[in-house]
Amino acid sequence: MLAVVGTVPNPEFPLLAGRVSLENGEICIQGRQVSVKRGTPALLAAAIKIGEVLGQEEPFGYLVGDIGRGEGSRQLYKYLAKHLSQTDFHIIAFHYIQPLIGWHNRILSVIEKMKKRPILVADAGYMYVAKISGRSDAYDLFTPDIGELAFLADELAPHPFYTRGFLLHEENRVSDLITRAYVHRNASKYLLVKGRKDYVANKNGVQTIIDSPSEEAMEAIGGTGDTLTGIVAALIASGKDISEAATIGAKVNRLAGSYAHPTPATQVKEIINHIPEALEEILSKRQEGKHEQG
Amino acid sequence: MPLFQFLKRKEPNEAVEERADRGFLVFENTSEVIQAENLLKRKGWEIRVMGPPPEIRSGCDLVVEFPLIEELKIVKTLQDAGIPPLQAVPVASPLLQPVDLFQIRDFGRCLMVQAANMKLTVDKESLIIVNISGGGCPDVPYLAEQMVGRLLSEAPSPREIGHTLCGYALQLAYEEMRRRCSQS
Repeated sequence: MLAVVGTVPNPEFPLLAGRVSLENGEICIQGRQVSVKRGTPALLAAAIKIGEVLGQEEPFGYLVGDIGRGEGSRQLYKYLAKHLSQTDFHIIAFHYIQPLIGWHNRILSVIEKMKKRPILVADAGYMYVAKISGRSDAYDLFTPDIGELAFLADELAPHPFYTRGFLLHEENRVSDLITRAYVHRNASKYLLVKGRKDYVANKNGVQTIIDSPSEEAMEAIGGTGDTLTGIVAALIASGKDISEAATIGAKVNRLAGSYAHPTPATQVKEIINHIPEALEEILSKRQEGKHEQG
Repeated sequence: MPLFQFLKRKEPNEAVEERADRGFLVFENTSEVIQAENLLKRKGWEIRVMGPPPEIRSGCDLVVEFPLIEELKIVKTLQDAGIPPLQAVPVASPLLQPVDLFQIRDFGRCLMVQAANMKLTVDKESLIIVNISGGGCPDVPYLAEQMVGRLLSEAPSPREIGHTLCGYALQLAYEEMRRRCSQS
């Protein structure tokens, strides 16, 4: 089963743990509904859509309200430190959480003592704290965009805001940045770098590039990185290996975006609605490819 | 556990790594340090006063260590109280500077400005903020909810309602967008 750990942008939202469903376009946990605009709700909505197609159970969510003050995140860290050891999730995706090194290290220490270690995916604030804690190599997958890749490649930067200029945003140097992130041990076992082209990489370098369909407007749309992480996490939960899930996930996210005919003003909810048909098409094409090869 | 292991001191790098989420606030004089310490503690932030590292060559001989991720909110609180710091720098690398490069993308009707990991997109005709993307701190979805769909001139600024370094990056993108839109 997939577990997702993250926050919602409402300071009044209590800490809730439980199955997450999608009802009338909103995610629902323990009777509370949250609109899907971007962030962890978008990740969850995308994962649920994938699960619907694959006949998977709904993800388990650990959610709390936090608007940047960190109070909700601290509650969540504390709760996980107490309860995570009693779970047996196949994969845990950590997402929008205030990056706090002490708490991060406590959570990791709990996970490392679990009988069956879950696959660990980190994106957003949790990827930042994994990197600055010097524990990136404990994670199976990070999903940075190009700017965040430069942050991973910068051994000094404590946050993307402090990434040194010479490392920033030269997409033709993605391969160099990936190498640099691994050299400084600031990358997870696999990286899925999202951008105009998506790159699946490991310590040996770029393994796959996914560049079609290409919709320029996707870069401006908030939440498209969150949906990608949700899609890939759900594919891993279905049993696919990380590299294959990342490759399929990147294709699905791009195709769903393309089906939405996006402009820079498109909202991610419109793209999420197209995820099921995009997944069906990609899986069907893969199946046809296998038949032809066979 | 053998006694010598129990007594073994942490390696210096390990100690710095554990504090990589902290920053230093540098002030002109110790009176400001004391005022800042009192104010920030009263507001509930975990801070401490200490001697500056050798890399910091401005300010007085005390600095305030603070949670770096909340730089935006903390600096604004100090500015509002009339005790702005001379500098706010990361503990792990005090010589690092905030990103000062902007990436600009013109989509025709819409313009996107990116600062560090944050992207702000505005409809050039209506000057409405149509999207905010990027970032990873928990105030980003909140900032997007408060700003998207509103006029650039009427939306609350990230400095007013944000807290974190992602909020700070969005503030830089917002200022650059306003500068560009006021010229056109």
